[in-house]
Amino acid sequence: MLARGFHDPVHEAQGVFRAVMDALARPGTIQALATDLAPPAPLTPELAAIALALADSDAPLWLDAALGENTAVPDFLRFHTGARIAAVPSEAAFALIADPAACPDFGAFAQGMPAYPDRSATLVLAVSGLADDEGWHLDGPGIKGSARLTAAPLPADFLGRLGRNHAAFPQGIDLILAAPGRLAALPRSTRVTTGG
Amino acid sequence: MSAAVAAPGTGYNFAYLDEGTKRMIRRAILKAIAIPGYQVPFASREMPMPYGWGTGGVQVTAAILGANDVLKVIDQGSDDTTNAVSIRAFFARTANVAVTTRTREATVIQTRHRIPEAPLHEGQVLVYQVPIPEPLRFLEPRETETRQLHALAEYGLMHVKLYEDIARHGHIATTYAYPVEVAGRYVMDPSPTPKFDNPKMDDCPALQLFGAGREKRIYAVPPYTRVRSLDFEDHPFRVQRFDRPCALCGAEGVYLDEVLLDDAGGRMFVCSDTDHCEERRADGHVGTEAARV
Repeated sequence: MLARGFHDPVHEAQGVFRAVMDALARPGTIQALATDLAPPAPLTPELAAIALALADSDAPLWLDAALGENTAVPDFLRFHTGARIAAVPSEAAFALIADPAACPDFGAFAQGMPAYPDRSATLVLAVSGLADDEGWHLDGPGIKGSARLTAAPLPADFLGRLGRNHAAFPQGIDLILAAPGRLAALPRSTRVTTGG
Repeated sequence: MSAAVAAPGTGYNFAYLDEGTKRMIRRAILKAIAIPGYQVPFASREMPMPYGWGTGGVQVTAAILGANDVLKVIDQGSDDTTNAVSIRAFFARTANVAVTTRTREATVIQTRHRIPEAPLHEGQVLVYQVPIPEPLRFLEPRETETRQLHALAEYGLMHVKLYEDIARHGHIATTYAYPVEVAGRYVMDPSPTPKFDNPKMDDCPALQLFGAGREKRIYAVPPYTRVRSLDFEDHPFRVQRFDRPCALCGAEGVYLDEVLLDDAGGRMFVCSDTDHCEERRADGHVGTEAARV
């Protein structure tokens, strides 16, 4: 049977959006994201909540290989959002990635154009660990001085990818890192380094 | 739709807009935050108020507003002018949210052309109503061209405009909608706020969102972002100064409005930010004309 969506679509969607908005506006901060969704595995409740809050027929989703394996996942997302499941990553407004260690190269996703950099993808990664007291050093808009952030698991060359993504500003993709019960974000405007 | 979803007794969805419209605006807001100062096109809706009354700001506010938000609306610094009263009543009715005139208590502040005098804090969002979002529009009327100028970060036109001010007037005569550069990249129209307020946008702890309803654009300045007013080394940016304090509360270093008192040329200058003035008077500060209220 199809898993249910939001109990209260209006206020739950608003709560998820505000958490994502605050995370993007203040990179390096971790925002609480409470949801009682129970979507089909390996779609996590946090990925499902973000998709239900932001995707619709105007904002296609792309699913990574892990999510595509279980046909109940695209069925769940199609039913509750009305969004098209994009066959290729470059067509997606939001990419849901359940296996972040195997995250495709950012170049596979829409980067926007010089005159319209907003026509670019947002990647939502289901990480298991998220901490704001160690790891990368962040600076840029939204950050008072500097901030720290780390997430796991991620590809070994992730920092290099983030650096190239930031260097292409204003084009590029934006990242949401969603762990159980909380999320952080790395917009393209954030400079991420190892510090030192 | 359950009773808890709809705004009670109005027949409208929570905060008036339908959920599909809110999602569309929310996606635009997220991209606007990720690209500070860049104008994101959005499918602006007809609102139950005329263009020019804040339809862009109202749509942004409706998209971000939650049941626990506390809303403040100001028009030229004032909580009690028609535009502010109408928009506050609109959201009190359609979203049933708490409203306030106190800057410190508000979580969402919608503004038409002022930034409150009281410092903003991290928990707040400042929503600007914007008439003309494109800072280059009066220099280059074609949207296709201004898009290219922004893409190339080619802002020479704007510097020529400011230079022509100096050539004609001896100083930069632009006093409102004074162009700013956001995070070292995009030049942005701060909406027609007096340039007096420009320094408050720089490194502001609150998130600043801008909505232009007729022109269908949303843009943003994240918290703690560098907002630099354009100027020249030999003509640095300066804000206007007032040679007297507020006549009601005695405040100095605030933006003042001129109020005519009679037909004989009598006038006084009072705080444009009515909440700031009322709080100061409640604290016992007195100006020269305080007896009039």
